[in-house]
Amino acid sequence: MKYLLKSSLVAAAALAVAGTGALAQETVTLGAAVSLTGKYTTDGEHTKRGYDLAVDMINKAGGVKVGDKTYQIAVKYYDDESTPATGAALAERLIAQDGVKFLLGPYSSGLTKAIAPVTEKYGVPMVEANGASRSLFTSGYKYLFAVLSTSEQYLSSAMDLAAEKAAALGKKPEEIKVALAFENDPFSQDVRAGVLDDAKRLGMQIVIDDQLPKELNDMAATLTKVRALKPDVLVISGHAKGAATAVRQISEMKVDVPIVAMTHCDSADVVAKFGAAAEYTLCASQWASTLTYKDNLFGSAADFAKLFNTTYNYEPPYQAAESAAAVMVFADAFQRAGTLDPAKVRDALAATDMQTFYGNVKFDETGKNIAKPMVLFQVLKGEYRVVAPTKWAETEAVVPRPMMGN
Amino acid sequence: MKLGNYDMDKRLAGYAAIIVIGLAAPWLFPGYKAQMTELWLFIVFALAWDHTGGQMGYNSFGNVVFMGVGMYVCALTQVGLFYSIADYTAARGGGTIFIFDVPDFLLGLALGLPAAAIAAAVVAAVLGSAVLGMRGQYFAICTLGLGIAAGEIAAGWEWIGAGSGMTTPNPPDGLGDINRFLYFLSAALAVATFLTLRWIYTTRLALAINAVRDDEDKAEAMGLPTTRIKVMAWTVSAIFLGMAGGLYGNLKKFIDPVDIAFSGATVGVWMVLMAILGGKGTLWGPVIGAVIFQITKEFFWTYLLGWQRVALGLLIVVIVVFFPQGIMGWVRARYPERFGHRVEPAAGAKGEGARP
Amino acid sequence: MNEFFAQLVASLPSNLRILVEAPIFNVQLILDGLLIGAIFALAAYGMALVWGVMKIINIAQGEFVMLGGYVAVIFAQNGIHPLLAVPVSGAVLFLVGWLLYRAVIFRIVEEDLFVSILATFGISILLQQLMNQVFGGDVQIADAGLGTRFLFSGFVTVSDVKLVSFVLALALGGVLVAFLRNSRLGQSIRATAQNARAARVLGIDTGRVYAATYGLNAAICGSAGALVAMAYTIHPYIGLPYTVRSFMIVVVAGLGNLAGVIAAGIGLGAAENMAGFLLGAQYQLAFVFGLLVVVLLWRNWRLKRKRQYLK
Repeated sequence: MKYLLKSSLVAAAALAVAGTGALAQETVTLGAAVSLTGKYTTDGEHTKRGYDLAVDMINKAGGVKVGDKTYQIAVKYYDDESTPATGAALAERLIAQDGVKFLLGPYSSGLTKAIAPVTEKYGVPMVEANGASRSLFTSGYKYLFAVLSTSEQYLSSAMDLAAEKAAALGKKPEEIKVALAFENDPFSQDVRAGVLDDAKRLGMQIVIDDQLPKELNDMAATLTKVRALKPDVLVISGHAKGAATAVRQISEMKVDVPIVAMTHCDSADVVAKFGAAAEYTLCASQWASTLTYKDNLFGSAADFAKLFNTTYNYEPPYQAAESAAAVMVFADAFQRAGTLDPAKVRDALAATDMQTFYGNVKFDETGKNIAKPMVLFQVLKGEYRVVAPTKWAETEAVVPRPMMGN
Repeated sequence: MKLGNYDMDKRLAGYAAIIVIGLAAPWLFPGYKAQMTELWLFIVFALAWDHTGGQMGYNSFGNVVFMGVGMYVCALTQVGLFYSIADYTAARGGGTIFIFDVPDFLLGLALGLPAAAIAAAVVAAVLGSAVLGMRGQYFAICTLGLGIAAGEIAAGWEWIGAGSGMTTPNPPDGLGDINRFLYFLSAALAVATFLTLRWIYTTRLALAINAVRDDEDKAEAMGLPTTRIKVMAWTVSAIFLGMAGGLYGNLKKFIDPVDIAFSGATVGVWMVLMAILGGKGTLWGPVIGAVIFQITKEFFWTYLLGWQRVALGLLIVVIVVFFPQGIMGWVRARYPERFGHRVEPAAGAKGEGARP
Repeated sequence: MNEFFAQLVASLPSNLRILVEAPIFNVQLILDGLLIGAIFALAAYGMALVWGVMKIINIAQGEFVMLGGYVAVIFAQNGIHPLLAVPVSGAVLFLVGWLLYRAVIFRIVEEDLFVSILATFGISILLQQLMNQVFGGDVQIADAGLGTRFLFSGFVTVSDVKLVSFVLALALGGVLVAFLRNSRLGQSIRATAQNARAARVLGIDTGRVYAATYGLNAAICGSAGALVAMAYTIHPYIGLPYTVRSFMIVVVAGLGNLAGVIAAGIGLGAAENMAGFLLGAQYQLAFVFGLLVVVLLWRNWRLKRKRQYLK
């Protein structure tokens, strides 16, 4: 027994040495479990392409300089099947078996919630770009960093817009009725919490508060309710799938609501899929290609959009942009840490203060990015146009949206 | 036990070997601690499933209900002792940061696991008296429905986090390697389950349970209180499933109502598969099945990425269609004398007549 | 627990109030339920067929629906009108069903029902992931490009495609019944269902009958799936709820009772929609699966009463 124990310890030590030996080569490997199958496939794909594009650019630019060595970046991917259980198991595998020392986030708050405890346990820094729920930042995680704005901010500007335009609807802000339809997942539920707070702040009434099942295919029951109660604002959040279902059924059932706001319309590509049916929809976005941010790698936000479009043949949704930014944040931290020691890189990450094409990145003590606001699009003539906040607005929002007519 | 000394020695040596390997495993394969912990829990799942599925003939797809109830009750106890649960599970985050120190964490587990066992047992007794009256395929599909309905209800219940799920307390640094800690807890639970069931299978209750499987109407006609026996057996399963669920939650660290707690389509089916693979209605079958299944599963998930479920589906079909008796069933048919069945030389055609 | 019920109760009155104050919305909900209920009934009829003839409970039922939906999606993506996909997906799925029978199912026909449940469960997992690999996990639709109809001065809307799918579903059911009644193969199927051994003795190739039955079931589901893709949405993981609904309908209506199946299917569709409205959409699936348990308990209770009479 004792002998067995000792020899196994020796074996373990030998393995550990071999592990560091592999790292001494010219590549630093980041691990990522992303959704290549399952309900988040669309968004998972955007995430992976964002990572790939940034890695590619950094490597083409000569890699990352860490201390006096230069490293190429590589990413090891696994498919988490859009289920938290698999995500956590894969993070475990990336760290414990594949010896990965740094993780990029998965897609969605739910998956991030499942993976964060694992990275925390092993002291592996994770920079994530797609977990926005505030409930991620209350466990005291020290190794979790999020480059995106948290969920409660997503539809805040849409609610403000509704209050501003109350006169156009012939009402006072307090008379505005709001209907909510949110998927039952960590992200959407936190968006909902934010909208509830906004409604309270602005004195609006909530008349419908439906939670949609994760396997959501049919919103008919909710939309019937909407038709009955005639709210002024309809707010929807349910990832790409929720946006697609909502746009389709709202037009099919001809549900006339003066303001329709949702998340993920660009990622669901509602304009290409549903054309006129998507018109006038307000969409929350982390990023827009018209913003004025810049960095040395991609150039401006517009440059990134152009590069992405030539590489993958579609306009980059913000999920791709923020994912690319996550890789850049890692590269920056490696350079400043001057070492690949996870604890040191973690400290460097905590001290991040940079601008990327995607926006400013600066983390508070819980690891969320506090330096970047959200924007609000409206679909106008088949294009996503920024309508809020005023600083970046390209055009005035069209509110109320014209009736579809019976 | 009518075993010769030699057999006894061999058996003891076998147990000793398993114990030694079990104790040394976290140091032998340090990278695989989480998977090995999961394996111990899978052994509990498979054993507990077989207790009603294999031994009693009541094939349940809904044993995840007990696992899920145990998982939530354990986690809620762990949190509820120290913080408001509504704050902890709030989608907006509770405004504070929730920290558990070593005594908090240990106390939470020490109270949470028994609570999980009790809650699961109560649920099993209540559900059991309602649904165990159904026979055969109706019972199977009913339990499938129960498992999914439970998940959907948990996903709508805001107090426990609804669809946002719930993280189990973040283990404190002072506890050392949390995976090793959970590994030994899970191993202890698996051994306890094994020994308890092994003891039960020597009692009259086991005979009654087997009688229900072999012919329920006859058993009832002979005066056995079949309903009570069935409920009791399911409750025993639930106790172990509840505790294993509590540990499984802490191992996964994030409880998603549909994908982890009441995961009827994954763990719920896996436990059936493990028992069948190893051999339904045997003591060692579920254990062997769990080991092979876990290794195969990890292999699929590593090397057949993206196609892992296609492979799993194929595996299910192959096992069910070609090896419905499982490994132990095959061995028993091959070497009936090892299982204490007398083999008449004349009628001793291989395999046939091997039933007790 | 208290909060849970408080929330449940609190959400009831306001939704109930809508239905009481504006009864026209009952019409909308029931109509929507009716339209999808016909599709449920179609899948359920296929399940009853396989269950009755082959003594197999086919868990892959919902996956056949899903596969049929993807045929329609392919049609729509290539600019062919998806209505044409209804017969084609039936034909394609017939082939799939036939092949599955020849590969796997024939081995489990004589086994007990639990084996068939598990084996078809395996097939269903396999098909889900396969479709996910081929088409991705996205929600897909096959846009039929039909309009929307307004009834009761605009309070009730019906999309034409749902109407068309409703009519087609009923027509398909009718064709199926006529086929089983009058054709040679249909008669062999019914004979096999009544007594497989006697059928064999009389010279019916039951293996072929089984293959045809399983293929026919897949074909029905496939056509239903094409309708689902047109009128609703499709993705690789929609299968299980369809399977459970079929099972429930068969349990309520019994085997080989077309009128009962249609009534139960439409009733289920309406009940589901009402529940989704009253309890909130998050409980709609819980309602479906909970109803399954209730239906089975009810059946058990009925049987028990029958047994008591025998005493």
